[in-house]
Amino acid sequence: MTTATTPTPVRLPAGRRSWRGRSGNAAGAGQGQASPLAKGVVVFIAILWIVPVIGVLITSLRPKDDANRDGWWNVFHEPHLTFQNYSDAISKAHLGQAFVNSFAIALPATFIPILIAAFAAYAFAFMRFPGRDALFILIVSMLVVPNYVAFVPLLQLYGHFHMVGKFPSVWLAHIGFGMSLAIYILRNYMSTLPIEVLESAKIDGATHFQTFWRLIVPMSVPALAAFAIFQFIWVWNDLLTALVFIGPGDSQPLTVAVSQLIGQQQQGWQLVTAGGFFSMIVPIIVFLSLQRFFVRGLTAGSVKG
Amino acid sequence: MIKIINAVLTVLAGLAGALIVYWVLNKISELLPSKWEERAKPYFFIFPAIAAISLYLIYPAIQTLEYSFANADSTAWVGFRNYRELLTSSDFHSTLFNTLLWIIIVPAATIAFGLIIAVLADRLRPQGEKAAKTIIFLPVTISAVGAGTVWRFIYAANPPGEPQVGLQNEIVTKLGHDPVNWLQLSGGRVNSFLLMVILLWAQVGFAMVLLSAAIKGVPGEILEAARIDGANERQIFFRVVIPQIRPTIITVFVTVTITVMKLFDTVYVMTDGNFNTNVVGNQFFNELFTNYNNGHAATIVVLLLLAIIPIMVFQVRQFRAEEVTR
Repeated sequence: MTTATTPTPVRLPAGRRSWRGRSGNAAGAGQGQASPLAKGVVVFIAILWIVPVIGVLITSLRPKDDANRDGWWNVFHEPHLTFQNYSDAISKAHLGQAFVNSFAIALPATFIPILIAAFAAYAFAFMRFPGRDALFILIVSMLVVPNYVAFVPLLQLYGHFHMVGKFPSVWLAHIGFGMSLAIYILRNYMSTLPIEVLESAKIDGATHFQTFWRLIVPMSVPALAAFAIFQFIWVWNDLLTALVFIGPGDSQPLTVAVSQLIGQQQQGWQLVTAGGFFSMIVPIIVFLSLQRFFVRGLTAGSVKG
Repeated sequence: MIKIINAVLTVLAGLAGALIVYWVLNKISELLPSKWEERAKPYFFIFPAIAAISLYLIYPAIQTLEYSFANADSTAWVGFRNYRELLTSSDFHSTLFNTLLWIIIVPAATIAFGLIIAVLADRLRPQGEKAAKTIIFLPVTISAVGAGTVWRFIYAANPPGEPQVGLQNEIVTKLGHDPVNWLQLSGGRVNSFLLMVILLWAQVGFAMVLLSAAIKGVPGEILEAARIDGANERQIFFRVVIPQIRPTIITVFVTVTITVMKLFDTVYVMTDGNFNTNVVGNQFFNELFTNYNNGHAATIVVLLLLAIIPIMVFQVRQFRAEEVTR
């Protein structure tokens, strides 16, 4: 889930009926008039999608012996539940520390690129300067470059500066990797803002710096929020960058910690599932509470290399 | 607790640092004579962004190209040896073949499932539609590591005769067969297909959201005109709706294709490339951290970049075309 072809900004038409629904034709399959078959298929797929997660959730709440003896569906006739696995995962498997580390990695790696990208997007949208179009084309072409290119050279560079294993190594990497998409989304959004507002600010004697902070940033909140959520979840879920630049140890984020836990299967299913579910909680909460922005972020631009 | 305070402090320091950079840049530009200030300011505004992209994508890309012609610890030139070694190795052929399978199957399947769900969910009552879409979208937000815990558990196998923990083997044994060690089933690449199921599970929601938005955006007049001309629902879908949402289908296709080309974490947590499931991303990681061979790792990245260049060209063209109509 990391990406933007020239993300055809798909606009979500608020309140518009579906193509089926608008006509109420002979086929009669308008909104709310699904045939039993269609309904059945959707319900079936939804169940198929959610059952694996429920299985993990239930197993993570079963006592160790139950969880490793038989499948989670047996919980209905041996209903013993416990939070012991979570406290074991958090303290014994060090997931508590990893949880804090994940925030320490994801928050700066979300907000710093937004700040940098917003300034650049402002310049690309509202200022005229030689080389502007060429530079922007460069940024568009960088959208699809895979971050693999960075690992070998940057490991060497970080080695010189003793940065391997420290938070700034991943912050800076995520700033670099997320930058082109951030500029792309924000610039496209800003160029839809009414230019008259800017011109009147200029006449009133506002500098670019003032216009940026007092006008453009507040007006761009939807795009800023969309990208922020997108980038936060992307960094939170990232395994490869963290594995390469930080690796297992005191500074490891949740993804690295849980992947270690999966590797040591003898710890038992109760711990693996607790760790797995624990790592999903934050993205799920972010998604469910900020769904609107999240979907907008996806539709506004979804191809990142 | 100290750790938490430390983390908060580093977060604040990082942000403050970034803000100070801009404040200083702005001050510097204000010190210039006003004619130069106007000329220089745009460059001050874009400088940190361009610097980040240069340092993390452009410079490394050039450096990687250089390393691909050097030996394992980048101390001597070896010409095309890395390319020769990789492209003639049968292990790497198998890795390439697996990656190709992923590229052929996953993007197309993601779009097919996404379209089916988008169209069907569209017919439900609004609450039903929202609930179904939320559930199907949920895995998009889950990390590959989280998905790994979920699906390792589905595919888990206990010896025959014992109760099964994995759902798939529970079904198989209930049907009277012996449990199967799914992830080691490399014959016919069955295990690779089972890994693809995971990525599908994680990506279909993404395709569904974009496609659904596009379908809802098809103008009613066009559909009305098609109906008046006597088109049935199937014809309308395939001949009117699909062409109308083509740009979105392409967006999803490109997005998923790139995701699959640089696939790493799903395979890493499930099989680590064992049992003949290796893909290019994991081979890269293993060359770097298991074999300590920078040359091979860099060569793999160069091959990946070469494969991505057509997509890049396509992107830039699309962008130019859109700018004209803007």
